[in-house]
Amino acid sequence: MCLAIPAKVVRIEGDRAEIEIGGVKREASLALVADAGVNVGDYVLVHTGYAIAKIREDEAEEILKAWKEVLAEG
Amino acid sequence: MFSKFRDRKLVEKVTQKIEEESKGITVRIMHVCGTHEWTITHFGIRDLLPSNVEVVAGPGCPVCVTPGSEIDMIAELSTKDGVAVTTFGDVIRVPGTRTSLSEAKARGGDVRLVYGIEEAVRIARQERKKEVVHFSIGFETTAPMAAVEILKGPPENFSIFSTHKLIPPAMEFLLKSGLSLDGFICPGHVSTIIGVKPYRGLAERYRKPMVVAGFEPLDVLLGILSIVRQVKEGGWGVENEYTRAVREEGNVIALKAIGDVFEVADSWWRGIGRIEASGLKLRGHFEEFDASKKFGLEAPPADYMPEGCGCGEVLKGVIKPEDCPLFGKECTPNHPIGPCMVSLEGTCSIIYKYRSLRW
Repeated sequence: MCLAIPAKVVRIEGDRAEIEIGGVKREASLALVADAGVNVGDYVLVHTGYAIAKIREDEAEEILKAWKEVLAEG
Repeated sequence: MFSKFRDRKLVEKVTQKIEEESKGITVRIMHVCGTHEWTITHFGIRDLLPSNVEVVAGPGCPVCVTPGSEIDMIAELSTKDGVAVTTFGDVIRVPGTRTSLSEAKARGGDVRLVYGIEEAVRIARQERKKEVVHFSIGFETTAPMAAVEILKGPPENFSIFSTHKLIPPAMEFLLKSGLSLDGFICPGHVSTIIGVKPYRGLAERYRKPMVVAGFEPLDVLLGILSIVRQVKEGGWGVENEYTRAVREEGNVIALKAIGDVFEVADSWWRGIGRIEASGLKLRGHFEEFDASKKFGLEAPPADYMPEGCGCGEVLKGVIKPEDCPLFGKECTPNHPIGPCMVSLEGTCSIIYKYRSLRW
């Protein structure tokens, strides 16, 4: 039920977006991420037709880097 | 980006570190999300852990914790003339105390599966002579969509039957109950909405470490490692491993919409009982869209479980699905008896489907 799927934004029109999930195109509302600065090419998490978060790639890199350091500590 | 969170070498390293750090201690971790259970079971994560580190599933499936009496009411409503009930696919086969939505549909009830509440509103606009009632079920992840649609002003033949539930009060209920737990993996998608803040008070009050984690194997393993390290050091901090999607403050637009439309109320969790301030009901000035008022859907909650069914104990993390006498015998995904076997996110259903990875 709380499943949210990462999808790529391929087109934006107002607060609607065309998104692509594994080659399948769907429509989603951007109303809940209006303040996140979503652009074409970004990934968003989509839940029941609404994007709920923009996925921030830089944060993903950052957290992995931090953990790699922890793991390297021995 | 996602493949990095499945990096085999890193997974091996994290697993090794979990083993090292947990030497001499036992750690029992609970997660409260069906999708986390899917990741854990599907990728065989429990097999990677040493025997002194255990991960159990809590009440992470909203369909499973919806009281049978509410399912009865909405199923019976669907058989009334001029009414159509819309809902998500997961809910339709869940048994109530007397009936289910699929049974009602077979008896001629108008039950329609929708992908989201937006589609339900569209049906109401297209079929103005029908009373369209959306069975609005789900945790904090699903409530914002209902709130936004109500704020947009749906047609007057549209209403929702809200059984939305909140996760942190359920976590607190379990902590209070004295269940043996050393930490929580907090639900990733719920947390995109509520943020990290609500867990801070909980961690402090009950002195348990908590980690918000994503849904790739490495996300979950890093969450486990973080909790193990904290238990070893006697800490109870809250960490956010899922920073790529979860902000400290959550999704403020979604939280505002929820607050504008809903008020917090006590709620009944199937198999668990009444939990204070753990549900969402429509505020008084949205009464016209409240199906419970429109159709008088107010019944005392009945905590019915099919005979012999262990879902109640599974939902509280007291027993594993395999410990239920019905599991894999009378109760399978094709012939489910309890709610945890019906829902795709139910712990029993997930364990049953992927158990070959464990045994």
